[in-house]
Amino acid sequence: MTVTTSSEPSIVRMQKLNKHFGSLHVLNDIDLEITPGEVVVIIGASGSGKSTLIRCINGLEEFQSGTLTVDGNTLKPDGKSSKALQTIRTEVGMVFQQFNLFPHLSVIDNITLAPMKVRGWSRSDAVATAKRLLDRVGIADQADKYPSQLSGGQQQRVALARALAMEPRLMLFDEPTSALDPEMIGEVLDAMRELAKEGMTMVIVTHEMGFAREVADRIIFIHKGEIAEQGTPEEFFSAPKNDHTRSFLARVLKH
Amino acid sequence: MDFDFQFDWSAAFASIPYLLPGIPWTLLISFGGLAFGFFIGIFFGLLRISPIRWLRWLAVCYIEIFRGTPILVQVLFIFYGLPQLLGSPINALVAGIAAIAVNSGAYISEIVRGGVQSIERGQREASLSLGLSRVQAFRYVIWPQAFRRMIPPLGNQGIISIKDTSLFSVIGVGELVRQGQIYIATTFTALEVYFMVALMYLAITWTLSILLRQLERRGIAGQ
Repeated sequence: MTVTTSSEPSIVRMQKLNKHFGSLHVLNDIDLEITPGEVVVIIGASGSGKSTLIRCINGLEEFQSGTLTVDGNTLKPDGKSSKALQTIRTEVGMVFQQFNLFPHLSVIDNITLAPMKVRGWSRSDAVATAKRLLDRVGIADQADKYPSQLSGGQQQRVALARALAMEPRLMLFDEPTSALDPEMIGEVLDAMRELAKEGMTMVIVTHEMGFAREVADRIIFIHKGEIAEQGTPEEFFSAPKNDHTRSFLARVLKH
Repeated sequence: MDFDFQFDWSAAFASIPYLLPGIPWTLLISFGGLAFGFFIGIFFGLLRISPIRWLRWLAVCYIEIFRGTPILVQVLFIFYGLPQLLGSPINALVAGIAAIAVNSGAYISEIVRGGVQSIERGQREASLSLGLSRVQAFRYVIWPQAFRRMIPPLGNQGIISIKDTSLFSVIGVGELVRQGQIYIATTFTALEVYFMVALMYLAITWTLSILLRQLERRGIAGQ
């Protein structure tokens, strides 16, 4: 596992981050540092703020106070830093629960769009990269299909390839298997496992406890917008210290 | 039963050469007006969903005014009213095209707004997360999908506007109805001539319907 030390530069640094939805305090004084190469899994009950937390990292959610630095770019509260935000989004990939593939574009065009328009790659370079990534996630033969012609598991792997095509320094996963039929969860987790092995920095929100235990360097448990507990998978699953963590684990691990 | 009046087919056919010159005018006013209306509609439709409040308000004003007043009043205002303000007469063709443009533009604004707003939020989020700018996300991801959904209501508006041009006989532009009226004034064959006029509108709108259906089918095939 990776030990967070102060000498190592963090790729994500959150200090006293607060977010409100009206009167609801969604994130409360979050302090979080993530080092390059680390795989962090965030768990917690629904509505605890775990998705909101990772959506702050690439600015899909604004926060009201605190500081957030991603790969050297500092985001200001209330979304007032569009230049830094643009840079961050170019360097941070994201996979969503609902895949969010572009239905009007073929698989290959889904993947090549951003590298061509944002990075300015030639079409042939972008296509070559896309094909290599499709091969890596095991669906090289689906390049010319449209998203609606693919299974959920295949769509999510295309979404992963699409994010990786931008050559991100950090990958965010927002419940990547929650919308999948049970028999398709494995193929997506396998692709993520491979990515973790290759040293990608990953922040994953998931309910897959077995997967979390296996790939995470660190587990963070969020309760009511606060980091209630964090630690290595062994510490976290075998000797949880926090009462909320214990009752949460008792509920999710029972069945 | 005995009718003392019967439909005179020869009178109907005889009117055709006199009605046909009206068709280009009808088409010119309709499609000329709709072309401008389309751009007006995109413009105000996007203002309508702008994050800036006074721009939204401006679009709402435009839409309410031109959707909430009769197109007949609009064309009379443009043709008879505006010249008093400008001090020079307005060509009837220009007035007709302008009336269709501002009127269809109001409806098309709402079609554009509805189309864009119907695209799931996740499409925009995925685009932004890939580093696309807001403009790029709109251009490459949101708009192409929204436009496909807009085709049926746009076709509907096109057909409505084509029929609306029949009202412009009142400003003396030589479209289909006007041609019919002039012809009837000398032959008194209103039944046959208006029947033929109706058939000609039907031929135009039906053709448009078929073309639109093909366009829609191609759009669906692309997904």
